[in-house]
Amino acid sequence: MDLFGVPIQALLGQLMLGIVNGSFYAVLSLGLAIIFGVLKIVNFAHGAFFMLGAFVAFMAGSYLGIDYWAALLIAPLVVAGIGMLFEYLFLRRVYGLDPIYGLLLTFSLVLVLEGGFRVAFGSSGQAYATPEALRGAINLGFMILPEYRAFVVAASVTVCLATWYVIERTRLGAYLRAATERSELTGAFGINVPLLVTLTYGAGVGLAAFAGVLAAPIFHVNPSMGSTLVIIVFAVVVIGGLGSIFGAVVTGLGLGIVEGFTRVFYSEFSSTIVFLVMVLVLLVRPAGLFGRTEG
Amino acid sequence: MQTALRLVAVLALAALLAVPLFPQIVYPVFVMQTLCFMLFACAFNLLLGHTGILSFGHAAFLGSGAYITGYCAKFLALPAELSILAGTLTGAALGAVFGALAIRRSGIYLAMITLAMSQLVYFFYLQAPFTGAEDGMQQIPRGTLFGLLDLHNDVTLYYVVFATIAGGLWVVWRTVNSPFGAVLRAIREHEPRAISLGYPVARYKVVVFTLSAGLSGLAGSMKAIIFQLAALNDVHWHTSGDVVLMTLLGGMNTVFGPAAGALLVSALTRYLDPFGAWVTVVIGVVFMACVLVFREGIVGKLQHVLRRRPREKRQAVDREGMVRTSE
Amino acid sequence: MQTRKTLITTVLAAAGVGLGGMSGAAASTGFSDDVVRIGVLTDMSGIYTDLSGEAAVEAVRMAVEDFGGELNGTPIEVIYADHRNDPSVGASRAREWYESDGVDMINDLSNSGVAQAVAGVAKEQQRHAIVNSSSTLAITNEHCSPYATHYTYDAHSLAHGTGKSIVEEGGETWFFLTVDFAFGHGLEEAVSEVVRNAGGQVVGAARHPLDTTDFSSYALQAQASQAEIIGIASTGADAINAINSLAEFGVTPDQQPAALLLWFDDVDSLGLEAAQGLLLTNAFYWDADEDTRAFSERFYERTGRMPNMAHAGNYSSTMHYLNSVQAAGTDDPDAVSEKMRSMEINDFFADGGYIRPNGRMVHDQYMWEVKAPGESEYDYDYMELVSTIPGEEAFQPLEESTCYLLDD
Repeated sequence: MDLFGVPIQALLGQLMLGIVNGSFYAVLSLGLAIIFGVLKIVNFAHGAFFMLGAFVAFMAGSYLGIDYWAALLIAPLVVAGIGMLFEYLFLRRVYGLDPIYGLLLTFSLVLVLEGGFRVAFGSSGQAYATPEALRGAINLGFMILPEYRAFVVAASVTVCLATWYVIERTRLGAYLRAATERSELTGAFGINVPLLVTLTYGAGVGLAAFAGVLAAPIFHVNPSMGSTLVIIVFAVVVIGGLGSIFGAVVTGLGLGIVEGFTRVFYSEFSSTIVFLVMVLVLLVRPAGLFGRTEG
Repeated sequence: MQTALRLVAVLALAALLAVPLFPQIVYPVFVMQTLCFMLFACAFNLLLGHTGILSFGHAAFLGSGAYITGYCAKFLALPAELSILAGTLTGAALGAVFGALAIRRSGIYLAMITLAMSQLVYFFYLQAPFTGAEDGMQQIPRGTLFGLLDLHNDVTLYYVVFATIAGGLWVVWRTVNSPFGAVLRAIREHEPRAISLGYPVARYKVVVFTLSAGLSGLAGSMKAIIFQLAALNDVHWHTSGDVVLMTLLGGMNTVFGPAAGALLVSALTRYLDPFGAWVTVVIGVVFMACVLVFREGIVGKLQHVLRRRPREKRQAVDREGMVRTSE
Repeated sequence: MQTRKTLITTVLAAAGVGLGGMSGAAASTGFSDDVVRIGVLTDMSGIYTDLSGEAAVEAVRMAVEDFGGELNGTPIEVIYADHRNDPSVGASRAREWYESDGVDMINDLSNSGVAQAVAGVAKEQQRHAIVNSSSTLAITNEHCSPYATHYTYDAHSLAHGTGKSIVEEGGETWFFLTVDFAFGHGLEEAVSEVVRNAGGQVVGAARHPLDTTDFSSYALQAQASQAEIIGIASTGADAINAINSLAEFGVTPDQQPAALLLWFDDVDSLGLEAAQGLLLTNAFYWDADEDTRAFSERFYERTGRMPNMAHAGNYSSTMHYLNSVQAAGTDDPDAVSEKMRSMEINDFFADGGYIRPNGRMVHDQYMWEVKAPGESEYDYDYMELVSTIPGEEAFQPLEESTCYLLDD
């Protein structure tokens, strides 16, 4: 059976891969969406933190002998720490100004991080081994799926659900939502809003780092691995609707799939399609697919 | 203080005019390139600083100017002035399209629409057979201007570029200091009020978008003639980011601040080579410091400092329309 | 025009003899501005830093030091600049160097857009440019001049190295994973032609955007094609990710990947586990023989890295340039060009290498196979020689070159 000259089997395979890639986008855009929601800052350094996560895992592995599973926990925490430090020292100085200053500040951080890692590790990058337990492959009938890719999907979905639960169902999440809506009022209730903001930034970039560790074994670890990703993830968040966490996750997965099919039918366009989708969506739905109308 | 500023401006102008005479001190081609970026940044700031619109797709206009000028000069063998005109008009036309679509939204959504459209433009130039993809369009002939001025002569070229860019900057200045510019500021400050006053705000926005894009296209066209090449870097979103950077570093609440920002960015990328691989890190740190220390930009800060002391001069400066404090 | 014609005749005559006059140093003419200045224009801070970068500058410095640091009492100076992978930055810097800074020769020139732009400036300014780390054939075709030399490798040598050898060993059906850039398309085209001429068949191609991180989709497409050989027409991170994905999805080893431009540094970065069995065409490998080892160990001591073919080419071409200046007894570009294109190159890098009238340095190319982790006995012991491709076969035949210098 064929569809547009491509066997259905192959399309199922591409669909599966689209979901795998989409889960990366989902985790990355989730972090970006949370940061934007609370800080009102477009975190241009998101891709750099993604790269940092992968590199921390790599360094932990090669210098300290820390294995993949521990790195999956440690690297996001380390990166979250670095992110919080950056927020505390620099980023909070531009709150309340035109959001463009936050963009510029985080962009400078990209230059520092990418440049620094290029000096330290060169431009060709480092190999990071797939964990022993996940080296096999699963036969899905229509394709052979490496176990590690299946794990990526499972881990991403878990993290997304957990994040959603924290935000929607816990007290901390309630504070967070309150701070998003009315930050001064939340402060008046005796909640330490600046701390909450710092933690949010940490959590957001921690998610990026988590995606980075997930990516390390399959995408070569190199200093520019996040640089093209960042504008794509922006697009995902905007298509999903700024501030909508659900939108970010769903759009992330959706984009993975769309991109996957584009790779079959018009491969050259696969890194550009997201922008076409964005223009169309924004013209039809001003606040993105799942966003509330802009104020 | 006002006289001091004037003096500096006159000295700078004199220095710029003397550049071709002293190629040992500063290389004329570098100055020409910087001039192009100055116009690009000031044109961009018509939107950002003066209308309050953040475009994140201005590379599309600069790059289109360069490619179309190159195409006309190289493949259609048109004279320089027509090629430059074609590049400028293409930039303007593209700006009208971008503007018409983007201004239906505002803020970050608007920025993202412009980014998205510039990515589509990038894709077009990557695929189009005449651009040579990453190799760039090479060996664009400089030709002669109006059949009189031989642009192969570097000195002639320099003064042509200087005059063109100065003309472009004059247009920017005139726009800002015209009734049209006043309406733009009204839109920036309080759009609903501008609407209720009866201004066709949407039309104003499209016009300023077109103007800004046209001048950016002109900058790109000149760049193509100067370097005799047009390359993907010019349409890449990094360039769209660079121009935001130049504008902010220079001062988005001034008319010519972005030009100072352009100078700073060009100089950083030109003179930091001794840092070798560290150059990216150094540039990142400089930018970071600028955002934290000179929030109103170099020129903005300068004016701020100059203005704080003699309070009585304040009125005069404001009437000149050269400055506007961020408060 | 007059001088050019004489030049061509001389060059052709000299090439026919095979040996230029090493002894004919005319000491009288002297040197412009009392210094021989060499500029290294490279990517110091971007994605190509590992391929050339600071190590390329160091290679040129080594050559200058080994030469003695001076030429008949005239000092030799090395300067460098970063072209940031922007052709206009590269062109502007090259022009400034030639015009204001008295630079006599520019070396390295990674990034094919920059290389072409600088070759154009070199032609206009009548000064020397030597391309070592980019592959574009334009240098010896539409942008050729008496002053532009293409030294280490080019797209033709890559295609006729890896491509031809594999077809000869029985790899008949090909599928390409090509980066959607002029470089990728050119390489794919050249290899396809080789494959077809050798009786093979190209069954399909997937063109991916630059900086694609995920190649799984392409791995499936390659698998579905059932081609014996998966030609990878990209380099750096793209090629590395492609190779990894092919292995991950079990495309290899049933189907054999052929990396059409893989650098020593890419192999180092991939690791032998992932790279083993890959075939690659490189003009130089540090561990080939006594001479390459001697050079490479000295290079390693200075830079902390093993040289790749571009680094070795930087050294060798600088040395050849200096020898030519010495032989000419002047740094006058035309006289030097004549010597460069008539003197043979014999060093650790090239054996009997010579430069054709269109600027192409012709020397043997080598196809290497990456060792399995078990076969590697010491650090950087990565590759084994599979075959030597004679220079005459590797490079574009002179009659196919569109270089204007060949018109007569």
